[in-house]
Amino acid sequence: MSSSSNSSTLEGFLRSDGRKGIRNCIVVAYLVECAHHVAREIVDSFKGQPVHLIGFGGCYPNAYADRMMNKLCTHPNVGGALLLSLGCESFNRHRLAEEIAKTGRPVSTVVIQQSGGTRKSIAEGTKWVEQALTQIAEVPRVPLPVKELVVGTVCGGSDATSGISANPAVGRAFDMLVNQGAATIFEETGEMIGLEEVMSARAVTPELGQELKASVEKAAFYYKKMGHASFAPGNAEGGLTTIEEKSIGAYCKSGDSPISGLIKPGDIPRKGGLYLLDVVPDGEPRFGFPNINDNAEIAELIACGSHVILFTTGRGSVVGSAISPVIKICANPETYERMSDDMDVNAGRILRLEASVDDVGKEIYGKVLEIASGVQSCSESLGHQEFVLTYKSFEPIGPACLPM
Amino acid sequence: MGNSDATRRETRKLLRIHGNDNVLIVVSPIRPGDRDSVDGHELVFTQEIAIGHKVAARDIKAGEKVYKCGVPIGSAKQRIPAGAHMHLHNLKSDYIATYTLDKNNVFVK
Repeated sequence: MSSSSNSSTLEGFLRSDGRKGIRNCIVVAYLVECAHHVAREIVDSFKGQPVHLIGFGGCYPNAYADRMMNKLCTHPNVGGALLLSLGCESFNRHRLAEEIAKTGRPVSTVVIQQSGGTRKSIAEGTKWVEQALTQIAEVPRVPLPVKELVVGTVCGGSDATSGISANPAVGRAFDMLVNQGAATIFEETGEMIGLEEVMSARAVTPELGQELKASVEKAAFYYKKMGHASFAPGNAEGGLTTIEEKSIGAYCKSGDSPISGLIKPGDIPRKGGLYLLDVVPDGEPRFGFPNINDNAEIAELIACGSHVILFTTGRGSVVGSAISPVIKICANPETYERMSDDMDVNAGRILRLEASVDDVGKEIYGKVLEIASGVQSCSESLGHQEFVLTYKSFEPIGPACLPM
Repeated sequence: MGNSDATRRETRKLLRIHGNDNVLIVVSPIRPGDRDSVDGHELVFTQEIAIGHKVAARDIKAGEKVYKCGVPIGSAKQRIPAGAHMHLHNLKSDYIATYTLDKNNVFVK
């Protein structure tokens, strides 16, 4: 594998835990839907500046949402956080603020009931963000080797082309990143049924292999309860013959590297390698679908430390995300022509036989370095900052999940 | 992975996704009598094959594992000659039988 493109030196924003960000943004986080409007009004007055809106809408406590908010507010791309509380929700705003403060980031909490309502809270929050932006401009910039990058992948708005152009090309890019020592994260266990044996054989230990297999079995059980079918007659018409073949579409984004670990939302890989993110809740289904949409998965990949998200799409998704840039890789050449403003990479060239899977894999790798160097991705420059966080429940990962 | 460049130069209708694959993906509709060239040998097609479907990249023995994207997707039910359409009639899952609808909308295995 060529490493010629690795000579470029990236710079990152140094955080107190040693991690480095490729962006330096302030997050404005509402801690219940009742504080959403005030948070949005504050963010809206900073258009074009790195101020992102995130939040959790629920009024009832949830350990998963708590952990997610904590990991997101202390993500290396985040320089500081403003928390927006109504005042009577059950989210533990004190603990969240303390955890953020411990990292040395500027943090402040506006409690709307105490601040005197909407207008006063917006004024107070806006004033704080103004001075926080000045403060985080001082964050030291240090060299960021490729091996310290964390890159996640997800697919959305898939069609028949996704699995044969964009997804295998992401797999090649993942192999190149892993070879450079970076951490890469794939997910979607619910779409890997039939490949559990194949996947577990790639684990760095047999015990991890068992955990990987169990995660797919858990997903199969969960989706069955949700009423999901696995192989539909329409799949065969499109040329797919077996369940394994259908599952390759999602699976091949992982590339060919050994699998170094299994993580759950909020677990941060501390070493390079390829990781499977298990996004399916543990136990009996309690809160509905594992992830209600693509952005719920993106938020989880970011909570695991992803600096950048590789998003493959065939039909044409336009979403971006708060906190980390989303790179859009379009599988379908016709979709690319129609929606090129939203697409960073045209993997549809593979289907037109104008480029090989390797060629596009290298292009994606180069795009990761370019975006990490500060260039905006298409969704970033269009202002996309989607974010969603809902109720889920997880058990912590077992000792076999991170053997290295 | 090395074969993809060669495939690109020679073929007009078929995509090899991964160097270990013994199937190729149809990217432009195939009609009977069409010819294409893969890995230095010529394939002559005898039937219509739609986009997204698979053909054998080389002769495949009965029982041999079939690879797409470098991942096993099942086994050959019978000997499959290079260039032949590969689908439910000659390829089976190693995981669970695939049930689908026949021409009369009856579920078949």
